[in-house]
Amino acid sequence: MSDHDKIYSTKLQDKIERNTLLMFVLTAIAVSVGGIVEIVPLFYLPNTAMSGGDGTFNGTSHKDLQGNAIHMDKIVWNPATSAHKTLDEWVPGDGVRPYKALELAGRSVYIREGCFLCHSQMIRPFRDEKDRYGHYSIAEESMYDHTYQWGSKRTGPDLARVGGKYSDEWHRKHLKYPRDVVPESVMPNYFFLDNAAVNVDKTIHTMNVMTKMPFNPVPRTIYTDAYLGGAKAELENKTEMDAVIAFLQSLGNHVKFEEGVNYRD
Amino acid sequence: MEATQATPVKYDMDVVRWFTIMAVVYAVVGTLVGVYVAAELAWPFLNFDIAELSFGRLRPLHTNAVIFAFGGCVLMATGFYMVQRTGQTKLWSNAMAWFTFWGWNLIIVLAVITLPLGLTSGKEYAELVWPIDIMIAVVWLSFGLNHILTTAIRKTSHIYVSNWFTMGMIVMITYLHVVNSMAIPVSMTEAFSIYSGVQDAMIQWWWGHNAVGFYLTGGFLGIMYYFIPKQSGRPVFSYRLSVLHFWTLSFGYVWLGAHHLQYTALPDWTGSLGAAISLAMIIPSWGGAMNGMMTLSGAWDKLRTDYILRFLVTAMAFYAMSTFDGPVMSIKSVNALSHYTDWTVGHVHAGALGWMAMISFGAIYHMVKKLWNTEMYSERLVNVHFWVSLIGAVTYIVAMWVSGIMQGLMWRDYDEFGSLTYTFIESVSAMHPYYVMRTVGGAIFNLCTWIMLYNVVMTVRQASAVRSVNAVAAKA
Repeated sequence: MSDHDKIYSTKLQDKIERNTLLMFVLTAIAVSVGGIVEIVPLFYLPNTAMSGGDGTFNGTSHKDLQGNAIHMDKIVWNPATSAHKTLDEWVPGDGVRPYKALELAGRSVYIREGCFLCHSQMIRPFRDEKDRYGHYSIAEESMYDHTYQWGSKRTGPDLARVGGKYSDEWHRKHLKYPRDVVPESVMPNYFFLDNAAVNVDKTIHTMNVMTKMPFNPVPRTIYTDAYLGGAKAELENKTEMDAVIAFLQSLGNHVKFEEGVNYRD
Repeated sequence: MEATQATPVKYDMDVVRWFTIMAVVYAVVGTLVGVYVAAELAWPFLNFDIAELSFGRLRPLHTNAVIFAFGGCVLMATGFYMVQRTGQTKLWSNAMAWFTFWGWNLIIVLAVITLPLGLTSGKEYAELVWPIDIMIAVVWLSFGLNHILTTAIRKTSHIYVSNWFTMGMIVMITYLHVVNSMAIPVSMTEAFSIYSGVQDAMIQWWWGHNAVGFYLTGGFLGIMYYFIPKQSGRPVFSYRLSVLHFWTLSFGYVWLGAHHLQYTALPDWTGSLGAAISLAMIIPSWGGAMNGMMTLSGAWDKLRTDYILRFLVTAMAFYAMSTFDGPVMSIKSVNALSHYTDWTVGHVHAGALGWMAMISFGAIYHMVKKLWNTEMYSERLVNVHFWVSLIGAVTYIVAMWVSGIMQGLMWRDYDEFGSLTYTFIESVSAMHPYYVMRTVGGAIFNLCTWIMLYNVVMTVRQASAVRSVNAVAAKA
């Protein structure tokens, strides 16, 4: 089979094709480059909301119209510098905070029901999205979202800033039987959330896990022992419906955005 | 290309036969679930207020069933088939191949149970919960190890191009699955990603797009490079083009994931880089598509009589179309319109129905004839299957393209007073006719999988009947 000794491409390619190990190694290198280039910098470059754990954010600085840097504590809530010291004292505008116990329980239900398959939580910097949903989303706003929920499809509207837009009662009616409120809706009825109790132990365990995340953990200065201790009382006798509503109402009103500031640089 | 045939080798083809049959079964199941969830968006009462049947829980079952059950069984059947025949050797381990078969099917059964129960990781196309993720890693590595070691013990001098693509898929899917699935469990069925926000989003789409790039594209390109030459009886059009195709695809595809996150909170450079490489990828993709199609040069007349070849060549046309559609959608100004709309769904299905499923059907029919050493029970039904699936796929894709573009235009439309013309819900009701059309297209496509199932079952029965008659004759 002299045919097999002839080289039809280059010497290197021919060598690779004859050697399984060589092909394996070179393929393994070729397919790893792109991912490394695009992913690794996101863990240390500015504007990716990667917390240094001490209130610093990899040199991130959003600047106002005069070019003055806005302190990160105005964007991400820091109980050490804020006038409001605990999660219960926190008010909208204080900056991005982790989820409260009931909201976190609601978030688990949100993931379980696959809400993210139809509802995005990521507003893009376009005029129509601003008019429809509000200010564009910034990286810091999902920094505590372990298993991010940006979504990829809007069969229903974006929910990144749905918090505070509707009353709890509206949400309750809408979640139970969406077509009672919005006749053209194609959303499933989630009436059964009203009959299911929140899983208290699992939620508290989840809060503990969130403090142990290797990247962007919830600081123990926020999920303090006192807060975790009080979580049980907050969760007891609550339904999954209460939890989902609390979660939805918590979305998008953390940061007080200022006119003229470019939060994308 | 191996020009000469060595002495006959006894291949391990039983496991390939079973993977092939399960692929046919999962094609029926996966598209059926797809039709059902599509119908739910057209007529929401169809979930009958049963949580387990709601769209949010069943949609992952549809994607997992078509990608990992149907696609996985096709890739493993063809992978084990091609690596033996191109290397003229038995599998490195037949027992391990059976482990892969049972393991993979067990994972599929577990997916069918867990996803409707709402047990999910919350990551698109990687929804299965962490204990199943660990099983996937083990079973996938058993497939990969077996395939690569069978490549290593081949009797031929060179590794055939199909096996390069399979090797690329094995390596990349291992990387992706392991990195993307990193999570801390809070219970046996729930875990949260160790990454959050921007980093999690980028890693998720690095996974998401490369599951497309290396599994749904690379793996199936391996099928193209083996089955088109085999079925047409012509050598691959250009060996050099295949070398270029493989290395540029392997190196380049990895960069594309970022284009799923244009204009999000992901830094602009990452999305732009993803888009730039996406555009560049038209070159290897079309080079590969041309390579597949031009393999028929001088034998185009065979398309008149060879129905299996029709599947394979139509798949190449859809491959070329999707790999044009995709880069166009990655351009920022186009993405601004297409993102979050049904256009994406249309694009995915142009690839999934037109390219991946079509090439699979062609390969399955080719293999069934070889594996059971028989002709198809009905060649006519193969032709019917071809035309029905083509009609179904085109109906589906057109519906989603139109609805997607319409959605995008409605969302950004302003009236003369400078306010938004449409409320969101108006765009939802405007989609209704297209959601109906999509359901019809999907149902037609599903119908064709039943035709294939019937034809394959009858072919296997016919082959077994012949074999037992021969056995009796031999004894007598």
